[in-house]
Amino acid sequence: MNKTVNQKAWFLVLPVLALVAFNAIIPLMTVVNYSVQETFGDNTFFWAGVLWFEEILRSERFHASLGRQLFFTFSILAIEIPLGVIIALAMPRKGIWVSVCLVLMAMPLLIPWNVVGAMWNIFALPDIGLLGKMLNGMGIDYNFTRQPVAAWATLIAMDVWHWTSLVVLLAYAGLVSIPDAYYQAAKIDGASSWAIFRYIQLPKMKRVLTIAILLRFMDSFNIYTEPFVLTGGGPGNSTTLLSIDLVKLALGQFDLGPAAAMSLIYFLVILLLSWVFYTLMMRNEEQ
Amino acid sequence: MSLELKQVTKIVDGETYIYPTNLHLEAGTFNILLGTTLSGKTTLMQLMAGLDKPSSGEIWFDGANVTNMAVQKRNVSMVYQQFINYPNMSVFDNIASPLRVAKMQHGEIEKRVGDIAEILQISQMLDRRPSELSGGQQQRVAMARALVKDSQLILFDEPLANLDFKLREELRDELPRIFSERNSVVVYATTEPSEALLFGGKTAAMYEGTVAQFGDTGEVYRQPRNLKSAQVFSEPPLNTAVVHKSENVFKINDDVSWPVAKAYEHISDGEYTVGIRPHHVYPHRMNDEHIAIEGVVQVAELSGSESMIHFTTLGNSWVSLSHGVHAFAAQEKTTLYADVANCFYFDTDNKLITA
Amino acid sequence: MAKITLSNLRHSYLQNPKDDADWALKKLDLEWDDGGAYALLGPSGCGKTTLLNLISGLLTASHGQILFDDQDVSLLPPDKRHIAQVFQFPVVYDTMTVYDNLAFPLRNRGIDEGTVDRRVREVADMTDLTSMLTRRASKLTADGKQKISLGRGMVRTDVNAILFDEPLTVIDPHLKFQLRSKLKELHDRVNRTMIYVTHDQTEALTFADKVVVMNMGEVVQIGTPVDLFERPQHTFVGHFIGSPGMNVIPCEIHDGQAHLSGQRLETVNKSSASTTGAEIGIRPEFISFSDHGLPVKVVKVSDSGRFNIVEANCDGYKIKLLLEEGAPIPSEDAKIKFDPSSTRIYVDGWLSGLEGTV
Repeated sequence: MNKTVNQKAWFLVLPVLALVAFNAIIPLMTVVNYSVQETFGDNTFFWAGVLWFEEILRSERFHASLGRQLFFTFSILAIEIPLGVIIALAMPRKGIWVSVCLVLMAMPLLIPWNVVGAMWNIFALPDIGLLGKMLNGMGIDYNFTRQPVAAWATLIAMDVWHWTSLVVLLAYAGLVSIPDAYYQAAKIDGASSWAIFRYIQLPKMKRVLTIAILLRFMDSFNIYTEPFVLTGGGPGNSTTLLSIDLVKLALGQFDLGPAAAMSLIYFLVILLLSWVFYTLMMRNEEQ
Repeated sequence: MSLELKQVTKIVDGETYIYPTNLHLEAGTFNILLGTTLSGKTTLMQLMAGLDKPSSGEIWFDGANVTNMAVQKRNVSMVYQQFINYPNMSVFDNIASPLRVAKMQHGEIEKRVGDIAEILQISQMLDRRPSELSGGQQQRVAMARALVKDSQLILFDEPLANLDFKLREELRDELPRIFSERNSVVVYATTEPSEALLFGGKTAAMYEGTVAQFGDTGEVYRQPRNLKSAQVFSEPPLNTAVVHKSENVFKINDDVSWPVAKAYEHISDGEYTVGIRPHHVYPHRMNDEHIAIEGVVQVAELSGSESMIHFTTLGNSWVSLSHGVHAFAAQEKTTLYADVANCFYFDTDNKLITA
Repeated sequence: MAKITLSNLRHSYLQNPKDDADWALKKLDLEWDDGGAYALLGPSGCGKTTLLNLISGLLTASHGQILFDDQDVSLLPPDKRHIAQVFQFPVVYDTMTVYDNLAFPLRNRGIDEGTVDRRVREVADMTDLTSMLTRRASKLTADGKQKISLGRGMVRTDVNAILFDEPLTVIDPHLKFQLRSKLKELHDRVNRTMIYVTHDQTEALTFADKVVVMNMGEVVQIGTPVDLFERPQHTFVGHFIGSPGMNVIPCEIHDGQAHLSGQRLETVNKSSASTTGAEIGIRPEFISFSDHGLPVKVVKVSDSGRFNIVEANCDGYKIKLLLEEGAPIPSEDAKIKFDPSSTRIYVDGWLSGLEGTV
């Protein structure tokens, strides 16, 4: 069914369009402008064309932070999606405990991101933090401010703690929409729990899982606040993800040209990978 | 007050949902859209309501061209198959909602709601929530809401389909009484021919996006203009077979033939399709003039008072619907008796041959 | 296949049921023979789905026992009871082909592939699914999916009973009767106990050998379709079965005979009750116009195609008659006659003269 076309609707949308134009499109155009020009900040511009783009794409530094970013994103996806599904499967579907569980799951999502970073920072401190002290007490040599491996582990643990709930809630919504008749029929057919998961629950959750994966992918690729507060990108460069690197470049060094070019490349990378993910998922579903 | 569709079509993504349709519906009677699922009834109703715009053609209501008028402007109510009520409002509030939107006075609202609730027999439930009511009661609330608005156009989209068999019967009795006395155009979509017949009024027999025939219900039933119209109005399905006329005999095969009745003597020799309604095919001879046809029983469905027997015969599947209990075993060979005095003949274009 | 016995069965969804209304199923004692076709017929909320779920094991009864072949299965889960159930909404495993769907129950039980293939093809042939075996199950229409559900039930040889919970609900109306007659055909061929729950009398009466009519958690009458139609033991059965249902008209009893509008009526049974609570039950099919009889006023004539339904008024009571197409109908004032062999006296709803009634 199609809605009736109502031309007056455009008037209602205009203010929003104006705001978006002002806050997003114009700055974006500015960035594009900067990316193809060279400037020394004194308002004189020289056309640079693709110079900055080439420089960024060839720079080792960019490759390194892109590599770290990809590693981070795929690690958390590999952990959060299955873990989220498992927790959603374990959650009760009927009764009073449902609301309790949902609230518990929602809580990590409500905390401001810089607070999350600060929390984990203190939590993991090797001398006074609960986690840090406990690990060191157990004999593990753990110091995330000095050891890259510890820093990565803490970073990933923090993200899993923060965002798995999103996957849980989405997967749970998908699970709850499965009519009882399916479970009853499976019981009668003598299906094992694994068969029920594989043939009933997973297919029905496909749609919501696609959304969950896409969301987590884009968010994690964009991530800035939490890792910045947690490790600042350190020790050294070891946890400098793309966004952190970009900010260093733009604000730290004031290389506006390269920074602008890098932003655009960053944006295009996310766009491309999202599109790839999306098409793969959609094609899978159509089959 | 009348609703007119002039050459209305609906084409979506290259697929034609409604072929050019002309309809003239009057107030004061039930106008029924009869057809199977996907025959276009719902699409046509949505065009009438203004929920959708036709791809071409015009819609006129009460002498004005409303084709481009948005649905909120049109004075229309709709009752759906799924009982649509506002779940968090009481029955009273549900029924009063269109009146509140129209900013009617409180006293006036109370009176109107009370009157309508009385007619639909839900006065006892005004302070309950829809979820506390049974299916039939919820549908009555939806109908009350449609009635109270006193719209000029009331549309019913298979409203009884989700109700129990017996409940359907009850509401079927009440509906014409409640809705015929109003000065609005009432359009009712259904898939059941018996419902159309019980309501009376006028029927548009629909088939795959076209109106095969429109007219007084009894007339459309007894004088189908074409094969499609006859089939739409048959439940169980119409029994058909190819028959040849030569000289004064109608012949299906060497074993089955009958003399041409006087009324049909004038038609030319050739191939025709004969259509016989299931209740004119009997498992036992009722009358000397009935024609015997050999067949094999597929299954005999016996209710307490009637027998519906499915045969294969003459290369087709035929059904006989008769009073009484006539038991047959599956695959049993038996003879059917067709009342050829009560059948339809259609030419190769599927048009009815008139006597 | 098994004989199914329900003994002293009662069920409540509440922990502590107090009064009658808290019981979804009041006391039931039923026995079903091997291989029969049964229907549970009644309006929404009468308890028929509850009863079905108790038999299949999806619900555990709060009181009473369920026996399959004299073995107590009351506490066994569904997969141990060897039953199959077809639900209102087609349940198919979307990611599998039709073949795999049908094979699923057998493979879960570890049957060898050779037997699986044979059984699947047999059942596909019986349900007309052979041409679609390699298709994805999700691509079939609603009636195709219901056939798959049915097929999954039939593919197992150890099934005691196949239970149907209003299986034609989502089927297109013009395809309903095809699936209905297919179910009947299958029962005739396969001879397994089938229990069919519905509110649609046509479905129940055409499918079953014996119908259990239920209302408000109780069994009102059990009988063959003909029994229920011709000899209803309760006005509910008379009204519920038949379209239109039986006419129930309050009457007076004098000397054990029924009197209506001052005239004495011939009835099948007699009643010794004095006056209150007595009613006459007569089906519209068994009333005719005549020169002598009860005076009535014809109020409405509805053309139903094959017959006409005439509504007449007698002393303020509505009486419906069913007349053949073409039969003459008087215009206003007329007299009607009841067929004595089909007229019965009911007291407080129950057929007078039944054991335990007045």
